Order: sequence, then C-alpha cells, then structure tokens
Amino acid sequence: MITLTDVHKSFGAKQILRGVNLTVERGESCVIIGGSGTGKSVMLKCILGLVTPDRGTITVDGEEVTASGDRDAFLARFGMLFQGSALFDSLPVWQNVAFRLLRGSLKRPRHEAREIAIEKLRRVGLSPDVADQFPAELSGGMQKRVGLARAIAADPEIIFFDEPTTGLDPIMAGVINELIREIVVEMGATALTITHDMTSVRAIADKVAMLHGGKIRWHGPVAQLDVAEDPYLTQFITGSAHGPIETVR
Amino acid sequence: MSTTRAANPILHLLARLGAAVLGTFAAVGRLTLFTLSTFRHILTPPFYSREFFHALMNVGYLSLPVVGLTALFTGGALALQIYAGGARFSAEQVVPQIVALGVVRELGPVMVGLMMAARVTSSIAAEIATMKVTEQIDALVTLSTNPMKYLAAPRVLAGLLTVPFLVAVGDTVGVFGGWFVSIKSLDFNSATYLKNTIDFLEMPDIVSSLVKGAAFGVIATLMGCYFGMNSGRGAQGVGQATKSSVVAAAVLILAANFLLTQAFFAA
Ligand SMILES: Nc1ncnc2c1ncn2[C@@H]1O[C@H](COP(=O)(O)OP(=O)(O)OP(=O)(O)O)[C@@H](O)[C@H]1O
Ligand SMILES: [Mg+2]
Repeated sequence: MITLTDVHKSFGAKQILRGVNLTVERGESCVIIGGSGTGKSVMLKCILGLVTPDRGTITVDGEEVTASGDRDAFLARFGMLFQGSALFDSLPVWQNVAFRLLRGSLKRPRHEAREIAIEKLRRVGLSPDVADQFPAELSGGMQKRVGLARAIAADPEIIFFDEPTTGLDPIMAGVINELIREIVVEMGATALTITHDMTSVRAIADKVAMLHGGKIRWHGPVAQLDVAEDPYLTQFITGSAHGPIETVR
Repeated sequence: MSTTRAANPILHLLARLGAAVLGTFAAVGRLTLFTLSTFRHILTPPFYSREFFHALMNVGYLSLPVVGLTALFTGGALALQIYAGGARFSAEQVVPQIVALGVVRELGPVMVGLMMAARVTSSIAAEIATMKVTEQIDALVTLSTNPMKYLAAPRVLAGLLTVPFLVAVGDTVGVFGGWFVSIKSLDFNSATYLKNTIDFLEMPDIVSSLVKGAAFGVIATLMGCYFGMNSGRGAQGVGQATKSSVVAAAVLILAANFLLTQAFFAA
C-alpha cells in the first residue's frame, strides 16, 4: 500500500505539489490524470525518492520512503517507466531490458537474462531483432516500449508507468493497455499510471485520481468517472476548452 | 534590495564578496564529499567490472596516440630550446640531462594531465551530464544501481591506475623526441646521448613523475564525474558542465603539479 500524506514540493518559487493526499491499495491499478505541468511526474519521483518532498510523508507498506534503510532493496520492489523512456544509450536494447538481471541481487546467467529480455520485448510487441540494436536506432514509440519492458523485466511488485501509451499508434496502445491490466490481474502487482489517454484510463484503471492545483482534486473508482459532479473532472475527461481549468498555465 | 544597494554600495560589495567566498567554500565542501564518496565506492562491493574495463580502454588505451604525439613534439622542441639557450654560455652539452629532467619531472606528467583534461574529462562530463538530463541517472537509481558506484567509481579507478602508465609512456616518448632531434639536427652521438640520459635520471625523478600521473588521473576523471552529475538542465546544462569540468580539471592539475613538485623537490 502506498500512502501520500500532505506532500508539498516547490522548485524555487514555483509551488508544484501543495498537499497531496493519496492512497493506493496493494494490487490496485490507480491512474493519475491531470493537466500538463501539474506535477504528476514529480509526484511519482517523490514516491521513488528521486525528488525529496519539502513537507509531508510518503509510506510504502507502512515504511517511510525517506527512511535511510537499504535503498537498493527498497527500489528492487519497483519498476518505473520514465516519461522520456530514459534508456541507457551506451547499452544495446536487451541489456537495457535485462539491466537488473545482469547485476546486483537479481543477477542471473547472461544467456538467461537475455532470454527473459527477449520474452519481455515480445510482450510489448517488439520482435527479437531489436534486442541487439541500440536505443538511438529506435523510433520514439519503440523506445517507450523498451522502457516498459525494462520496467517489468524483474517482475516488480509495484510498477509506475509515466505515460505508457503516449506516442504509440492506437493498436499498440491497446496492446500496452492490455499488458498493464494483465500485470495487475495476473501478477497481483500494484500499478500507478499517469496518462492523458482517456481510452487507456478506462482500460486499465481500478481507481482514478485527478491532480489539479497541487492537490488531488478528485478520486474515485473508474466507474464513477462519468457520473461524478466535479466541473474540473468533467472538463478534463470531455476535453472541453471551456470550464474552470485555465487553458494558459 | 535595490534601495539598500543605492544607499550603501560598500555594503552591497561586501555582501557580494561574502556570497562569493561562501559559495567557494560550499563548492570545496561538496567536491570533498564527492571525492570521499567515490573512493568509498571504489573500495566497497559490488564492483562493476564491465564498466571498469570500458573505462580502462577509454581513459588509458585510447589516449595512447594523443599522449605519444604531444610528448614527441614537446621533447623535440625542448631539445632545440635547450641547445639554443645552452649555446649562449657554451653549455650545449647539457641537452640530454635537461631534456630528461624537464620531461620526466615536469613536462611529461603535465602534458599528459592536460591531455587527460581535454580528452577524458570532457567526454566523461558530457556523457554523464547527458545521462542526467535524459533521466538516465534517475533510471539507474530505480534499477537499484548507485550512480556513484556504477559511473564514478570505475572511471576514477581507471584514471588512478592508467594515467601513471600513460605518463611513463609520455616520458619515454618525450625523451626519445629529444634524442631524435639531437642526433638528427644537433650532431649529438646517439650512444652518448642515451648514456647521459640514463646516468642522469634518478629514482625520485621517475617516482615523482608516476605519482603526479596518478594524481592527475584522479583529478581528470573526478572532475568529469562531478560536473557531469551536477549538470543543469537541457543541452545548455550539458555544455556548461563540460566546459566547467575541463577548466576545473586543468587548473587543479596545474595546481597539484606545483604542490607535488614542491613536496618532492623543495627540500
Ligand atoms: N527538477 C526540476 N527543477 C525545476 N522544475 C521542475 C523540475 N522537475 C519538474 N519541474 C517543474 O514542475 C512542474 C511539473 O512537472 P511534471 O513533469 O511533474 O509535470 P507533469 O504533470 O508530469 O506534466 P506532463 O503531463 O506534461 O508530463 C513543471 O512546471 C516543471 O517545470
Ligand atoms: Mg509528466
């Protein structure tokens, strides 16, 4: 279970998070929506400890993430897909995917790691030929899928996806949505996904939370998305240019 | 702020000076912590042997051509200068001795050090800074890999171990450059020249040269890692980090050279 309590974060004078409260249950798929630049990515990075909140607490299974325990062991439970993929461009694709399996506590024989990498690549719709290519040789959407394969490679318990379907064609987006759903249902993983793609929201979410103005403006089960009476949420999901959300921000 | 500035320019100046001094102390502190952390990671497992091997190739082996060329030309030019200078008081015959001393004690290590700053510091800083701005460093952390251990430790260790070797090569090639010019255009006898060189050099000369190499290797690689990891955002951040790292490495190498020379020879 992931709990954020009153999390604040500013960069210089710019306040990004102003008291975020959110709970994600174990085995639940939570989707975060919200306007561009509202701090969704920053929020994920706070949970992973990549960004230190100015105020507030974040716990994972009751354990505070900023506590100086064994960080590597803590992070070994997580998988993260970065918005910009963040692939290591000095390593071929398969070594990116199998990064965790080639070193550290999850280390395996090289050929085994490679086989797992190729299997994970297949799951994100990439053929084995890309395994030996370098990230710079791939298209943006392919890079994103390699990032996704890397995030799920070591079968983590908790997975964060920062815009998994952005830049993918509709069919591939469908494949990825199905994959995320599968990971949650079959492997019992906890997933926290950021997306702007409403089809994706409906396909993968158990629960939806909307970030606006540095706080969780609305949250609830995905089924209530259309019946909720929050003007901000309604404007967001209908994609209307008119409503309470400023269009210049 | 602007009113106090107008009212009291001296106070403003003092404030600026104070800020600069504090900033310098803070930077020195950060750099010291970074250095200590790097060495701690060099000494504690896990060790990333693949990264270390790549660093050895990049810092050491691939630097050989540039080190050889700079040393060759420097040794040759030194021989010409000493011959011309020595002729003013009929001391042309000291060319082998002075070339040996100049190259081994000073020019060899310094030239190699500066070439490391140009070739190795810049590439490390640009690579790590690019990794930082494209979130690859964050990705490393989420993959339970400590960036200090994975990126900094192997590179600095490679600098520590390979640059003395490069300096040895540079010294040898530099002396050879002096020898070549001396026998080809200054009418020295080859055997005598070499004998004079070998007889003249002493162990402390060579040891100081290698110690300087190790120190410069650490400085060059450490500066690349430090500025890379502390890079600002975007392409501009990468450019700035690269520039600062090379400047810092060059200045620190020359300063360290002075201090080491003093430590070894100012008895
Ligand atoms: N390291 C940083 N330093 C300074 N400002 C930052 C930093 N990281 C993020 N920001 C700022 O925080 C704000 C929120 O960024 P974030 O990336 O979380 O937005 P987002 O909600 O993920 O948007 P998008 O949907 O476009 O990805 C932005 O205004 C951004 O400029
Ligand atoms: Mg984002």
